[in-house]
Amino acid sequence: MKLIFEKGAPGRKGSSLPDLDVPAETALPENLEREEPPNLPEVSELEAVRHFTRLSRLNFGVDSHFYPLGSCTMKYNPKFHEKIASLYGFAALHPLLPQLRRGGALTQGALAVIFETERLLSFLLGFEQFTMQPLAGAHGELTGVMLIAAYHKDRGDDARKTMLIPDAAHGTNPASAAMAGFDTKIVPTDKDGNVDIEILKSLLGPDTAGIMLTCPNTLGFFDPNTKEICELVEKAGGLSYCDGANLNAIIGRIRPGDLGFDVMHVNLHKTFSTPHGGGGPGSGPVGVAGKLVPYLPVSRVAKRQDGTYALEYNHKKSIGYIAPFYGNFAVVLRAYAYMLTLGAEGLRRVGENAVLNANYVRVKLAGKYEQARDRFCTHECVLSATRQAEKGVHAIDIAKALIDKGFHPPTIYFPLIVKEALMIEPTETESKEEIDAFIDAMLEIAETAENDPDAVRNAPVTTPVSRLDETKAARHPKVSE
Amino acid sequence: MPYIPNTREDVRSMLDAVDCADIDELWGKTGISLPKPPLDDIPEGKSEHEVTRHLRSLAALNATNLVSFLGSGYYDHIIPAAVSDIASRSEFLTAYTPYQPEASQGTLQTIYEYQCAVCRLTGMEVSNASMYDGGTALFEAMMLAVRATRKRRAVISGAVSPIFREMIRCYGSNLDVELVEVPSGDTDSSQQALIDAVDGNTACLLVQYPNVFGTVEDWSATTAAVKGKGAVAVCSAYPIALALLTPPGKMGFDVVTGEGQSLGLPLSFGGPYLGFMATTMKLARKMPGRIVGKTTDASDREGFVLTLQTREQHIRRENATSNICTNENLCALTALAYLTCLGKSGFLKVGELCAAKAVYARNLLLAIDGVEAVGDEPFFNEFVVRLPMDAAELVGRMIDKGFAAGFPLGRYYPERGRELLVAVTEKRSKEEIKAFANAMEAAITA
Repeated sequence: MKLIFEKGAPGRKGSSLPDLDVPAETALPENLEREEPPNLPEVSELEAVRHFTRLSRLNFGVDSHFYPLGSCTMKYNPKFHEKIASLYGFAALHPLLPQLRRGGALTQGALAVIFETERLLSFLLGFEQFTMQPLAGAHGELTGVMLIAAYHKDRGDDARKTMLIPDAAHGTNPASAAMAGFDTKIVPTDKDGNVDIEILKSLLGPDTAGIMLTCPNTLGFFDPNTKEICELVEKAGGLSYCDGANLNAIIGRIRPGDLGFDVMHVNLHKTFSTPHGGGGPGSGPVGVAGKLVPYLPVSRVAKRQDGTYALEYNHKKSIGYIAPFYGNFAVVLRAYAYMLTLGAEGLRRVGENAVLNANYVRVKLAGKYEQARDRFCTHECVLSATRQAEKGVHAIDIAKALIDKGFHPPTIYFPLIVKEALMIEPTETESKEEIDAFIDAMLEIAETAENDPDAVRNAPVTTPVSRLDETKAARHPKVSE
Repeated sequence: MPYIPNTREDVRSMLDAVDCADIDELWGKTGISLPKPPLDDIPEGKSEHEVTRHLRSLAALNATNLVSFLGSGYYDHIIPAAVSDIASRSEFLTAYTPYQPEASQGTLQTIYEYQCAVCRLTGMEVSNASMYDGGTALFEAMMLAVRATRKRRAVISGAVSPIFREMIRCYGSNLDVELVEVPSGDTDSSQQALIDAVDGNTACLLVQYPNVFGTVEDWSATTAAVKGKGAVAVCSAYPIALALLTPPGKMGFDVVTGEGQSLGLPLSFGGPYLGFMATTMKLARKMPGRIVGKTTDASDREGFVLTLQTREQHIRRENATSNICTNENLCALTALAYLTCLGKSGFLKVGELCAAKAVYARNLLLAIDGVEAVGDEPFFNEFVVRLPMDAAELVGRMIDKGFAAGFPLGRYYPERGRELLVAVTEKRSKEEIKAFANAMEAAITA
């Protein structure tokens, strides 16, 4: 499809603006004035709307397709959340308003949403306090490991420079740890898919800052030794960080704080059902045990004795400002609405059904696809296309064949510790009929891979473009015009 | 249960399929046999209607009827209705990162178009697909320069948003990068002070355009001087100002970042916002964040893919250019829709309206007894006035009169307690500006 810049005609415009009602005068000298206005599109409103509507139809989204993208929790996003986020009383609110004199009284509703969401998450996950500031999952990870760094620094425990990261953790963990000034050491996974405890023990020592454990891990397994791992790390003087990207599995069933984790981030856009927007915005609140509370980012929302809410800045040990204001507020709003709608019982059902659906898929596909490990998974099952690969059909080919069958593919080639990985996360919001249709498609593809491998290798054929030349894109980058 | 379609019969037949008698057995087989935690503190679920009513009542507690002259980096601009409509197409809204390009051409092409628009605004060659916000984007630009120069010292102007500087200090606290802040003075001397602060070991100079006080400066000589010393010249820009101002790329900046909230995003009490980042092709491979490129398929049809991914954390792990993973994609799409709907002439007009109304407002304020100009530098739509009283106190009084009068600078610059930063956008009518000046006069004399 043509670019928007290639459409329209000179002089055409897609909006109306008020006329100038004051003298046409600016305070800009000529040498700072732009010679030509930016070369933006010149299209009518209809041309703009039609262009983007047509582009949108080239996408697969949760609203149009089953989207079992492992580790991303592509569940349904209730429509009324969007209406709430766009309520004028929230959408038009300037974030600096509560920082002005008498401004706090004018933002009580928004401050209440932040405070109450923090409180609900603290109850639900077993932590002393939450901060809503982190703007995405990886940003939450960074905040979490910065809190660990601040804790050790404050105690003068300067030798604790090593962050332990299992090889079944999320790929962003090492990058986040590095940004918080840590060296990373990898802890291998044992044959059952759990942290190799003996090796972990050998890695623990006076240099241990902590461990970043993805729980459940990226193989989709809950490590039954999690509590023991947290205890071992604590004994060695380190702190345990829970990567909560996979929280959907255990929501309402386990409180990570009870397992001994000191700090955790949650991807609100995953478990708490806010739209993923084609890649953000997300939100990655961080919960902490009591010992890390003093280091939480500022500002913090506090509830006063009279029931009103106020911002606090004066926390001497705080790591400072990790976001310009109070986090991605409109995402927090949606998550708050979600928790209120589901309530305790509903949240418990989320985890149960997510786990049931994933195991159902696993069992139904186990005859045709290798499993990463032969064991019950939690919210996602990791399969492998190694059997198909013998016929020259790889994980990527299976993914493309699924597109032709009208399903968004699972995550592929991740986790890295599984060859030809297919990571399938059905979520709790899909119906059994949809899941069965997906299972049938996967079984058909396995059969085609056996009998007519080329047919799978040539997929997709139903999409506006077939497989694109990524090497050419990287070697001769064309990234703007 | 809302949003969970499994019926009792579905659950039964699926439990049978996985050979479990009940959910508890299923949990046990996943390795989870701990007792269920009490969730007594979580309220019972409520209907959509009841939750909506509750949130409406909370929204009503927030004052949105103030006539706003409050900006300080985050502005109240007109947003055409078509903009949010386009961005809320559910095929955009409910997709994720375009890992599968054949099923994501819509998202990919819009990111590519967004990248083009950012390059056209800033005068740069390559843009990423967006970052969290203006502050994180500026920090990431600093780290880009650290990687590109292999030097670990950065110089930042005191006239960069204090919010951004706080964030950069926070992120930098565990990294071995020395951050040197040069206090803001008057334009010429502070540019010279910045040049002097950059030495042979400096990775970059970070400035803001217009600066936090609204002042617009010609940076051409400074960028040339610091580049001569081997440093990378970085600027954080206010995108609406770029409708009228010489683009930073033309002033010799190597990296341009900024807060993109003004490009069609509601203020939403602090987010989600949009960080943009653009640079030269020479530095493209050092840039963090996702980048979309144009390529072809086997039938020579044009299409779009995520490209230059070897910089990213899922491949490079601890050696990645950044830990940033998702961008603010929907916000980038919103910005693109905004720039498209306003178009070349509309965007220019927004710039002209802002600039003219700001001059008008400043003249009216300076006519008030005791209100003085602070400096006489060029500005776009935001300026500082010195009041005959404490600015924070005046802002409190103005709230009672129905105005968000601006940002009192004393909060971040204690020696400037009587100074008020006032922003004027195209949304403010002549009548509102007059009423604002009248209210200010009354508040001062009260």
